[in-house]
Amino acid sequence: MKIAFTAKGTDWDAPMDARFGRAEYLLVYDEDTKTFAQFDNRAIKDAAHGAGPQTAQNLFEMHPDVLITGNGPGGNAATVLEKAGIKIYIGAGDKTIKEAYTAYQNNQLKEF
Amino acid sequence: MKIAIASGKGGTGKTTLSTNLSAFLAEQGKVVLTDLDVEEPNSGLFVNGTLQHAEDKFKMIPEWEQEKCTLCGICQEVCNYHAVIKMADQIMIFPELCHSCYACSELCPEEALPMIPQKMGELKQFNVNNLFFVESRLKIGEEQAVPLIKQTLQYVDAQFPKEIIKIYDSPPGTSCPVIEATKDADFVILITEPTPFGLHDLSLAVETMRELKKSFGVVINRYGIGNDDVLAYCEKEKVPVLAKIPNDRKIAELYSRGELIYRKVPEVKQQLDHIWKYIETTAGGRQ
Repeated sequence: MKIAFTAKGTDWDAPMDARFGRAEYLLVYDEDTKTFAQFDNRAIKDAAHGAGPQTAQNLFEMHPDVLITGNGPGGNAATVLEKAGIKIYIGAGDKTIKEAYTAYQNNQLKEF
Repeated sequence: MKIAIASGKGGTGKTTLSTNLSAFLAEQGKVVLTDLDVEEPNSGLFVNGTLQHAEDKFKMIPEWEQEKCTLCGICQEVCNYHAVIKMADQIMIFPELCHSCYACSELCPEEALPMIPQKMGELKQFNVNNLFFVESRLKIGEEQAVPLIKQTLQYVDAQFPKEIIKIYDSPPGTSCPVIEATKDADFVILITEPTPFGLHDLSLAVETMRELKKSFGVVINRYGIGNDDVLAYCEKEKVPVLAKIPNDRKIAELYSRGELIYRKVPEVKQQLDHIWKYIETTAGGRQ
């Protein structure tokens, strides 16, 4: 399984980014190879509109199975993610990546 | 003669001033009042006219023709607004994000994205004696007010001769919809309230009007509440204060019943007269 996180950094101890569309980084953890892939999404801050679908598209290119985030995506982004068949879990906005991953493994996160 | 009534802060009296000034001026000649606050038009609550005309307004949106598409992805690359997204083997279009720039449609090598009209709102015109009232209403869920404001302005320009006084009730704030609503005005009235919040947003509106090189003045509504900082600011910035509308329970009661105020409160009528005299001398008046 490939698990995606919206993050403010690029390692296990980095805080999650509660926002989806304007998340600073997209991190994808591959449970088979135990490695991270990362996407620097910071350029999105200059977009006045459409951050959600654009970030969803960036995430789609990384082919995750699951997304763990904070507040949850907005309507447009949710439409894209639904088409991409990515399962979404929310409510991890105030955790670190590691805490968010543990919470996900223990079924403590809410499905979007 | 085009007069736009704007504010920084919402709820300071744009509609009150627009409707009262329009009806007041319509006692002496023809006036067109246009509600450009298309996201929440409310001037109509104070104008009980007869419906003369109604039309749907459209914007152009690309439509994906799957059988022609080779999934090259150029459409997604050229869209500045992320309104076109290539997802695996399909192209997704987000009409609310689209600015109708035609880039995706024109640059598609397969012509797989023809532009088609999509309803974004409706325009209505009502008449009451000398007063012509035009309002546009954006469809629920539409994000962009500017295209509808632009088309409404075009309608008014096409329907009414130049010499008629035109009053535009503008949206609040200082962003694109306000720029669109005020950019063709000969004079802009900024209406504010004498509170710290009113002053803060007034100063943003003043900066905006200076940037647009507009001739403008300030009307202070609910005068008597808050403090004198707005007056001090206007004096310091050399912005003319055209009128002060008093904070009066009677005015609030008339407003809440959808009635025009100047007909019942002589002081307000006097203030409207001040405003008009000022505009007539500085910006040319009724031509």
